[in-house]
Amino acid sequence: MLADWQFIGIFLALSPIFPAAPVIANWLLGPRKPNPLKQQTYECGVETVGDTWIQFKVQYYIYALVFVVFDVEAVFLFPIAAAYDQLGLFAAFEVVVFVLILAVGLGYAWSRGALEWT
Amino acid sequence: MHGLAAHWSGPDMSFNIVDFLFSLVQLTTFDYLRAVWEGDMSPGLIEAILDVIAILTVSTFLLLIVLFLIWLERKVIARIQDRIGPNRVGGRFGLLQTVADVLKLLTKETLTPAGADTIAYNLAPLLTVMTALLMWAVIPFAPNVIGVDLNVGLFYVLAVSSASVVTLLLAGWGSNNKYALLGAFRSVAQLVSYEVPMVLSLIIPILLARSMYMQELVLAQTVPFLIVAPLSAIIFFISALAETGRTPFDLLEAESEIVAGFHVEYGGMKFGMFFLAEFVSTLFMSGLFATIYLGGWRLFGLERLETFGPLLGLIVFFIKMFAVYFVFIWVRGTLPRVRIDQMLDLNWKFLVPLSLILVLVVAVVDKLIPAGAGDYYRAGVHLVSNVAVGFVALELLRRHAARQRAIYEERLVRAHSSAAEPEVMAEAAH
Repeated sequence: MLADWQFIGIFLALSPIFPAAPVIANWLLGPRKPNPLKQQTYECGVETVGDTWIQFKVQYYIYALVFVVFDVEAVFLFPIAAAYDQLGLFAAFEVVVFVLILAVGLGYAWSRGALEWT
Repeated sequence: MHGLAAHWSGPDMSFNIVDFLFSLVQLTTFDYLRAVWEGDMSPGLIEAILDVIAILTVSTFLLLIVLFLIWLERKVIARIQDRIGPNRVGGRFGLLQTVADVLKLLTKETLTPAGADTIAYNLAPLLTVMTALLMWAVIPFAPNVIGVDLNVGLFYVLAVSSASVVTLLLAGWGSNNKYALLGAFRSVAQLVSYEVPMVLSLIIPILLARSMYMQELVLAQTVPFLIVAPLSAIIFFISALAETGRTPFDLLEAESEIVAGFHVEYGGMKFGMFFLAEFVSTLFMSGLFATIYLGGWRLFGLERLETFGPLLGLIVFFIKMFAVYFVFIWVRGTLPRVRIDQMLDLNWKFLVPLSLILVLVVAVVDKLIPAGAGDYYRAGVHLVSNVAVGFVALELLRRHAARQRAIYEERLVRAHSSAAEPEVMAEAAH
């Protein structure tokens, strides 16, 4: 069990090498003559106005919130699916109830207009 | 690893080049090396060395295949658009075009925009490639070739793939650029949304195979799951398109709207890393689709052949993977980009309810099938229920569209009779 994760651990430790090598090679090979004009942020040729890091449209966060509800609850369906053989007819009924609860959540978000892009 | 063709044993085997090459053909090199090194090194060290060899092989292969994938994509898209595509560098077919592009990227200046969050800005390209590579750890290439067959295999894939949202947000936020930030927020809305139908549709193969082990998912496919559960496969494919940010869901880097989205401030190899990660993860999604819906390395028992079975399995897997990849390119060459509200509506108001209902139907139908039923009987019942759900969904969609069209046409007629809006009138005349 733990030996399985050894592979993932080694992979995780080694994986930064593959993207880092080309980036470092690029840094070594490329010219290095920075100047303020070059380092300006791109905005179609004009100078940028105002701060970039501002309060953002709240709609994006609402989708993120709905997602959290769904993803966390969908996670519970995975073990049920994997062990479906060992579960009786009652468990199937429970799955139905569980998914219906999820559906009610979606219906609530829908009826409150959380899914409307305005 | 699964003992399908592992004949290598013996207490004091010495290295022998013929045996080594033979083991390469049989894809049992690791068993061979294990047998050779046994006694010389501790088992833990042997496993660690073999792990490192496997990781280096897979990752190097992936980084190199991207060169080919980019060429392939440009060539296919060019053909779809009635062009020739790359045809100068490296012979008639422009095979070295991507190599030339990589060399150009390598000699570009590495810039960090003023006011950028340096850590986030420089970490993002590394992290996106890391997540794209890490997903491959659980893909079964052949009966005996898999990084590691985790007991939560498919779950691991979902966990790692959702980390890519964070890297895109890091890139967009760290760049201190408004286009990049817009792209990052779009990517959060899109990737996060489409993960829900993806997760829900992946429950169905698990339900059918009763396992999250990737190899068992392959072994369970006496009938490929594409035929058993076509609706789940279609939902997964659409969400995979969105998850990899490809047309028609390439809103996060829509060139005509927000320049290049989250990676607008990146240049040189840092930009190259985003490009690389996109192609690696698209190929991964093709590989995942081939594994869980097309039967992976299985093809009518071909993989059970004595000597060349595993190698044939590997070839079969690659053919399936590239077939799916071709569909990805095909879709890109065919469909235009959708608008953000359409993209979100399609997800939350169609795919999510549909996949919820599909999970329900498959779970209930599966319990209703008598325990002793054969594979083909089960597959048939599931196929019928899937097609029925899909048909009802499309019928509802059709009625909704007809209603919308009626409203629109009525508005046009009214505008026509009052003649108040000449623009709308002109539109109605067409």
